[in-house]
Amino acid sequence: MSGSKSPRERVAPHISCLPRSGIRDFFDIVSEMKDVISLGIGEPDFVTPWRMRESTIYALDHGHTGYTSNLGLTECRKACCEYVETYFGASYDPFKECIITVGVSEALDLALRALLSPGDEVIYHEPCYVSYAPTVRMAHAVPVPVVTREEDGFALRAEAVRRQLTPRTKALLLNYPNNPTGGDLTADDKAALARLAVENDLIVLTDEIYSELTYGERSPSIASLPGMHERTIFLHGFSKAFAMTGYRIGYACGPQDLIEAMMKIHQYTMLCACGFAQETAIEALRKGQKEMAAMRDEYEQRRNVIVKRLNELGLHCFMPKGAFYAFPRIAETGLTAKDFALTLLRRKKVAVVPGTAFGPCGEGYVRCAYATSMKDIETAMARIGEFLQEIRAGK
Amino acid sequence: MDTCEKRRKILQVLQARARLTAEQIGDRLQLPAAEVAALIEAMEADGTLLGYRALVRPEAAGNGEVRAIIEVEVQPEREGGFDRVARAIARFDEVRDVYLVSGRYDLRLEVVGDSLQEVALFVASKLASIQGVKGTATYFLLKKYKEAGFVLEKGEEYERLKVSA
Ligand SMILES: Cc1ncc(COP(=O)(O)O)c(C=O)c1O
Repeated sequence: MSGSKSPRERVAPHISCLPRSGIRDFFDIVSEMKDVISLGIGEPDFVTPWRMRESTIYALDHGHTGYTSNLGLTECRKACCEYVETYFGASYDPFKECIITVGVSEALDLALRALLSPGDEVIYHEPCYVSYAPTVRMAHAVPVPVVTREEDGFALRAEAVRRQLTPRTKALLLNYPNNPTGGDLTADDKAALARLAVENDLIVLTDEIYSELTYGERSPSIASLPGMHERTIFLHGFSKAFAMTGYRIGYACGPQDLIEAMMKIHQYTMLCACGFAQETAIEALRKGQKEMAAMRDEYEQRRNVIVKRLNELGLHCFMPKGAFYAFPRIAETGLTAKDFALTLLRRKKVAVVPGTAFGPCGEGYVRCAYATSMKDIETAMARIGEFLQEIRAGK
Repeated sequence: MDTCEKRRKILQVLQARARLTAEQIGDRLQLPAAEVAALIEAMEADGTLLGYRALVRPEAAGNGEVRAIIEVEVQPEREGGFDRVARAIARFDEVRDVYLVSGRYDLRLEVVGDSLQEVALFVASKLASIQGVKGTATYFLLKKYKEAGFVLEKGEEYERLKVSA
């Protein structure tokens, strides 16, 4: 047995080099503490509306506990395609152009693995959801981040993308409304990115998970723009707008050949998404609009309050257009994002996530999720106020 | 937002949380507090906002109040249908709610009193004797499970992960 490798050495290099998520670091500290008010939670504080939970119970009660077809229940795919057509203006064939997945997480992984060969490049914006770069790397491809700025409303500009294009650029990955900034793209931004994708023959992956949570006008999805159907994979799910994070259910729509390729991976690795979660998803799409709108209206009010408070406290905060995150600038305090978050947590028991968890350009910012009660938001703001006074007084 | 939209939004907030100040409502809706206060005052004056009251767990109020739902069958009149009788009934302080309803009977009331006897007496002596009332059915309320959207028995709390992506 001489010369045997340590378990650590056995881990594949492209996995061992993945960084730990900045979120995990924080999670470990916060879970040890009592009475923390957390603005660090990236999921709704609402439980899944009863309408949907009741349909889960119905499915279980009737013994719907088996596998479904690999693509997912026909009725679920139909409901997804009808919904995408109605609310996003893009039409897909439920029999060939739609697959039900285990959350947007799996849909994104399937899409990337189906598309990418080793060395291919994927352009995306930072700050962004923590999984993007690792998921690209796990597909043996190269993540190419493009910095987005507060001055631009954290929108991804076509010119900035153009500068990163190489012969290996295969895909453009977008998430608007955005986690963690709350930024969104205007119709013009989307049109410019669509044109760039067509000119350079890129595939666009659009992660629409926060789309319903848009406050004010919502511009049509990039998937619905001319020339985009054949080159867009539309990723969506139920976790955020329908408060169904634990159901682990989502879907992808796209050109038949791409969905077929994703299906191959899905059938061999996942088999199918949970059947009673699929039945619940049908209920959400067809009957859950009212419940969803009520949650969205409440998030909007919380957004207005938290952004006003942060600005009153002297932490300049961009007005988010969607999702449920505020992304205030804390650079003026003289602390790094990580120190700000750690010190605030230790001294005042308020958890926020350092902007750097979402990419290096998140330095100088922290993410405050407002998917938490108004009472907790007000208390957290009061504590942050005390904290800022202390640091300004040099303590 | 036009004034109509502002009024509608303010009403929505107040229907869920009547105790918020004009400033708090303004913060939620991105409106100046003074404007919210003025709109509320106007809606109080024009009868849009009828009043505010607390929703209280019945035993906590400690007044031993008895409540009953009463179905009333009414002989409609050539002029005004059910209106005269409904208005006559609505005058009594004991009567909390009066609705004209579709179905087997005509008016549905909610009545409060200090005891079963008091409510029963009210029905027999006041209500049934109103001209045009053909019959009544009284249902005493035994236990309340939900009122105005609030479930009375608290379920258990489910705690989310404290930090997540
Ligand atoms: C931008 C973004 N995409 C995807 C996900 C994961 O979604 P799901 O629960 O559908 O896997 C999240 C969750 O935080 C997210 O913020």
